[in-house]
Amino acid sequence: MSFIEFKNTSKAFGPLQVLKDVDLSTEKGEVVVLIGPSGSGKSTLLRCINGLETITGGDLIVDGLSVTGGKKVLCEIRQEAGMVFQQFNLFPQMTALQNVALGPRKVRGLSKDEAEIQAQALLDKVGLSDKGGHYPAELSGGQQQRVAIARALAVKPKVMLFDEPTSALDPELKHEVLNVMLQLAKEGMTMVVVTHEMAFAKQVGTRLIFMEHGKIAVDDDPRTVIDTPPNPRMKDFLSHVE
Amino acid sequence: MQVDWSIMFDFIPQLIAGAKVTIYITVLGLIGGIVLGSIAGLMRAYGGKILNAIAFTYIELIRGTPIVVQVMFLYFALPVLADIRIDPMSAAVLAIVVNAGAYIAEIVRGAFLSINKGLTEAGLAIGMPHWKVLLYIIGPLAFRRLIPPLGNQFIVSLKDTSLFIVIGVGELTRTGQEIMAANFRAVEIWTAVAICYLIMTGTMTFALRSVEKRMKIL
Ligand SMILES: Nc1ncnc2c1ncn2[C@@H]1O[C@H](COP(=O)(O)OP(=O)(O)O)[C@@H](O)[C@H]1O
Ligand SMILES: [Mg+2]
Repeated sequence: MSFIEFKNTSKAFGPLQVLKDVDLSTEKGEVVVLIGPSGSGKSTLLRCINGLETITGGDLIVDGLSVTGGKKVLCEIRQEAGMVFQQFNLFPQMTALQNVALGPRKVRGLSKDEAEIQAQALLDKVGLSDKGGHYPAELSGGQQQRVAIARALAVKPKVMLFDEPTSALDPELKHEVLNVMLQLAKEGMTMVVVTHEMAFAKQVGTRLIFMEHGKIAVDDDPRTVIDTPPNPRMKDFLSHVE
Repeated sequence: MQVDWSIMFDFIPQLIAGAKVTIYITVLGLIGGIVLGSIAGLMRAYGGKILNAIAFTYIELIRGTPIVVQVMFLYFALPVLADIRIDPMSAAVLAIVVNAGAYIAEIVRGAFLSINKGLTEAGLAIGMPHWKVLLYIIGPLAFRRLIPPLGNQFIVSLKDTSLFIVIGVGELTRTGQEIMAANFRAVEIWTAVAICYLIMTGTMTFALRSVEKRMKIL
């Protein structure tokens, strides 16, 4: 059974049609890499999955739940789909540990102590054991993004959505975030990743989607299509990112 | 008549009594104003069309009319319209509640909307309902930005109470006028009254500064 299923899904911002009748079905355990030119609708597609954008046509099912099912269903979907943003979006008034512990406390209902023990374990996992007491402003971009990944994982999601997680980072900091993502993929986490890191796509991607004008133009195995793009515009696009 | 500063000390008990009334109206009025303003401000920021329109109408009605007219309306017109008797003191407190509430609403709205939208999305994305995101994440951040403009409004409201002289509330300015009527010591009295206001606004400014200092704006 498919885990995330776009059924003729459309999304418009006013007159601007951003997703056009998208059909896409992904299984558990897949690592879907989304690429495409700026403005082609990658972020929007991702954000429809956890309801940060409201779809305007068709349907979108996440683990058996429709994103159109109302507020409560949406909260359930969001607990199953963790999201990592390009700009990290850590809560600035909270320490790294508090950032990670917030979801378990306020969403899963854990006590402060339980939540913080779990949060510390997640910080260990992303290589930030000794940074729990630091505020976001005291961390580097790469560290902030790893905290953000830990924060998303803390709610125990079944799928992780990444929207250009390394785009705001200096080149030398990208790898520390990519390593955490590689690790997650190897542990079998289902992932949908918008990224321009083609090495990552080749290494752990199970599927590569090239988007163009709100449509899926190419959907294939990353290792084959990255080296021999089936579409001239994709070829052109790849020549610019690499 | 010669200016005799020592005479200022003779009015002190009366002035303190007047200042107490001023403080009483200000404090009660601002507590109410904060409650009303927060509700109206959140309605503006996050309410649907109808709630938004209600709050908008209230804010514009108040901001578009002078506070003297507002208190006159409460004190003289409301009894005629709605058959509600209201004493001058209640009218004064209510005027501050309603008036400060409108300005505070805009302050609250501005503070909440100034917080990076990405943080709201991050909160929603971990599965928190919107109200929890506002309560645990956005509210505390907005609160820090609220303090400077709120302090400003507190001082404005405190000074506005002097206008309630028009409905005969025995606050500080009115007290000054009463003393004046008895002894015509204009220079001494109005200097003393001004000093009283300065002490009150100065204390407020100082208190707000120290709160501000302790809280980093993030
Ligand atoms: N909130 C919004 N309001 C209006 N237009 C938007 C909004 N978000 C995105 N868009 C538009 O939708 C299109 C696709 O955006 P996006 O999904 O962010 O593309 P990508 O992530 O591929 O660069 C762009 O033209 C963008 O300007
Ligand atoms: Mg994008």
